Amino acid sequence: MSNLLKKVNWMTLLIPVISVILGLLCGAVIMLVIGYNPVLAYQSIVESIFLQPYYGGETIRAMIPLVLAGLAVAFSFRTGLFNIGVEGQLMVGWLASVACAISLGHLPKILLLPLSIVAGGAAGALWGFIPGFLKARFKVHEVISTIMMNYIALYTTAYLIKNFLYTEGERTPTIPSAASLASPFLANLTQGSRLHWGIIVAIIAVFAMWFLLWKTTKGYELRSVGFSPDASNYAGMSVARNIMLSLTISGIFAGLAGAMEGLGTYQYMTISSAFTGIGFNGIAVALLGLNTPIGVLLAGALFSGLQNGGLTMQANAGVPVELVNIIIALIIFFVGSSYAIKWALSRFSRKGKK
Amino acid sequence: MSYAIEMRQIRKEFPGIVANDNITLQVEDGEIHALFGENGAGKSTLMNVLFGLYQPDRGEIYVHGEKAVIHDPNDATRLGIGMVHQHFMLIDKFTVAENIVLGREPKKNGVLDMKEAVKVVRELSEKYGLDVDPEKKVEEITVGMQQRVEILKTLYRGSDILIFDEPTAVLTPIEIQELIEIMKRLVHEGKSIILITHKLKEIFECCDRATVIRRGKNIDTVKISDTNPTELASMMVGRKVHVQVNDAPYNPQGKVLEIEHLNVADARKVEVIKDLNLTVHGGEILGIAGVDGNGQTELIEAIAGLRKTKSGTIKLNNQDVTNQRTRKMIEAGLGYIPEDRQKHGLVLDFSIAENMVLQTYYQKPYAQMGILQNKVIAKKAKKLIQEFDVRTPSEKTHARALSGGNQQKVIVAREVDRSPQLLIAAQPTRGLDVGAIEFIHGKLIEEKKKGKAVLLVSFELDEILHLSDRIAVIYEGYIIDIVSPKETNENELGLLMAGRKKGGSEA
Ligand SMILES: Nc1ncnc2c1ncn2[C@@H]1O[C@H](COP(=O)(O)OP(=O)(O)O)[C@@H](O)[C@H]1O
Ligand SMILES: [Mg+2]
Repeated sequence: MSNLLKKVNWMTLLIPVISVILGLLCGAVIMLVIGYNPVLAYQSIVESIFLQPYYGGETIRAMIPLVLAGLAVAFSFRTGLFNIGVEGQLMVGWLASVACAISLGHLPKILLLPLSIVAGGAAGALWGFIPGFLKARFKVHEVISTIMMNYIALYTTAYLIKNFLYTEGERTPTIPSAASLASPFLANLTQGSRLHWGIIVAIIAVFAMWFLLWKTTKGYELRSVGFSPDASNYAGMSVARNIMLSLTISGIFAGLAGAMEGLGTYQYMTISSAFTGIGFNGIAVALLGLNTPIGVLLAGALFSGLQNGGLTMQANAGVPVELVNIIIALIIFFVGSSYAIKWALSRFSRKGKK
Repeated sequence: MSYAIEMRQIRKEFPGIVANDNITLQVEDGEIHALFGENGAGKSTLMNVLFGLYQPDRGEIYVHGEKAVIHDPNDATRLGIGMVHQHFMLIDKFTVAENIVLGREPKKNGVLDMKEAVKVVRELSEKYGLDVDPEKKVEEITVGMQQRVEILKTLYRGSDILIFDEPTAVLTPIEIQELIEIMKRLVHEGKSIILITHKLKEIFECCDRATVIRRGKNIDTVKISDTNPTELASMMVGRKVHVQVNDAPYNPQGKVLEIEHLNVADARKVEVIKDLNLTVHGGEILGIAGVDGNGQTELIEAIAGLRKTKSGTIKLNNQDVTNQRTRKMIEAGLGYIPEDRQKHGLVLDFSIAENMVLQTYYQKPYAQMGILQNKVIAKKAKKLIQEFDVRTPSEKTHARALSGGNQQKVIVAREVDRSPQLLIAAQPTRGLDVGAIEFIHGKLIEEKKKGKAVLLVSFELDEILHLSDRIAVIYEGYIIDIVSPKETNENELGLLMAGRKKGGSEA
């Protein structure tokens, strides 16, 4: 029976791998049909990421918020909740970190930088707590309330910037360098990419999620409630409290993702009329990463690599950049149809036995 | 003479386990042949081989004396073999007749002839005394009737050898009796039946012979008229079965649980517990007998802090614990083996080790300053697995992967090990086989001997009569009477459960 279990695990691991391969293959077929050379296109992606420091740096840079957003979604999934509000939590986190950096600009870096990061996480936490509270208290489904919170975040941040932190170019002022994660050293190393120290925050967050969920009593409780609210209730845990806690922590990860954009990549926040998309991509990253911290890191790297390396396809193979998005969509589609893949795999291994 | 079915030296391996190890089964024409064994013995596997769902690794099958190769269920059907699965395969929205003819519809000019279908089904139903209405939708009929539809499905396809996989597990006692009558009738009409079961009572009521298998191996085939229940049970579990009796002297100690004037309402605000009074002492097993739905569940949930009370008091060890949170109740000394073990007793996707600390994970030594001590937990789990004879490859196995009996052992191990003052056991042995029942009964009696209070809720009168020191009969939300098991019998209990007090007066 232990063999059986091992086999199941091994098969779940195969699903994302197979999905990626199928996605890339289908992408290649599409390119062939339209008349491009897929080998050249994929070669261009791989070579730019690994051989051109600029694209390598941008890939890692884009990974930072993507991984954090992925962790936010994965964390809520682990507790049996679906946080679609990462986008909004990210925006309030972004603004809070920038606002904190600007308004406390006189502080030394050793205080200001951590404080600004914390401000971002705290704002995300608040934005996650509200749907958590609504669910625990009034049974409002979190999918609905988090989507609503996204819109509230979009318009509230725009309003706040316009009225309190406005500067020319429809954006906030640039943050003081004492709050910045940007690094001339990293930029030089990568031939002028926007790579910043936020990568350390992202890696710590990956570790933190793993530690929290699998090493602490709180994490045990969260997972238990996620798997079986009924049994958890019978065992004396408070399901309502864990729902609030889960979405709050999920919001912290999302808020940090925003802070990384505010303090690292852009150094300011613009008034935007549309979502960043990072929060939604986080859902895909969590799915492909099987809701595990390491999986999220790898999936984030893959998507980010495709998107940034893909920028060179046009020049080298004539393939439009948009094709990358099709490939990503295909990969997500295949992960989504993992049930079918699982079925095919089990058929295949049974046939093999005969 | 040739057998209706002969399976010779069948071997079937799954990764890591030999489910069938050279099993031979010989079913005579016109008999009811029991396939008897504990959960996980390999009964379903053997029958799935016969029905073409699995291919055997080795062995031969003969049907009416002729060698048969059965690749899939279609082959089996062609050979006259039909199977009634434990989980029905019916379409709720279709009528009975539609379900039965599905895949072999009678046609007129190329279109489905529903009239003919209804007629054929009705004739079949009458011939075998199955009593189903072909025009009702499946979702409208009872489970017992759905099972008869499954039987009709096989008959419609011309089966003369019928396999029943644990058919009584889903039935009420009355439905079980009806099923036994139907099986006898089928045999009378010339069919042969293989009945999979782990219940002794059914075997002795209707079977001609029984083949016993244990852990994938053939033990023996016996004639029912030449054996007795104890012998058969011992063959099944592989050692002498001691029926556990509550023989420890009854000397009740202090009051552990005291319930006074308890009123509880359900979700629709209907009172389901009405002015209930009950006391359980240390050193006694108090059995609560009653027909399902007379307030048993609500009573237990109220005690466990899972349901708010309307009025009245609940005291545990002389402390008022009315409407306490569940965690507080557990810390105050409550142990609880819930009725629905998969939904309420276990987190199925947690490992056994994780399940063993479901209430205590935050306490020392399982946690230090909020950090789980996984090594300590694993060690504890290993110890309990051994002590309670949980059959599992390791403590890391998910609870979902265990059989029902072993899942229940995990729960019992966890609850008993915490050494609670009050242990509530709700339907603790439902659906388990003889070996596991015996084990769990033994544990409950042990708790009593240690001076703990045990509150046993069960719909099985046998179990109640067997284990209890006192029996409280619950009827429509209150305790109608408390009797001693030595001074009562199933008859009297049955009357009380129906609301009639001694002397024939209606309560
Ligand atoms: N499809 C399967 N794959 C792997 N193991 C199985 C499978 N089906 C049954 N088993 C294992 O084979 C053994 C016998 O199972 P089964 O025939 O269902 O027992 P029974 O019907 O007597 O309760 C059990 O240990 C079970 O876990
Ligand atoms: Mg079975």
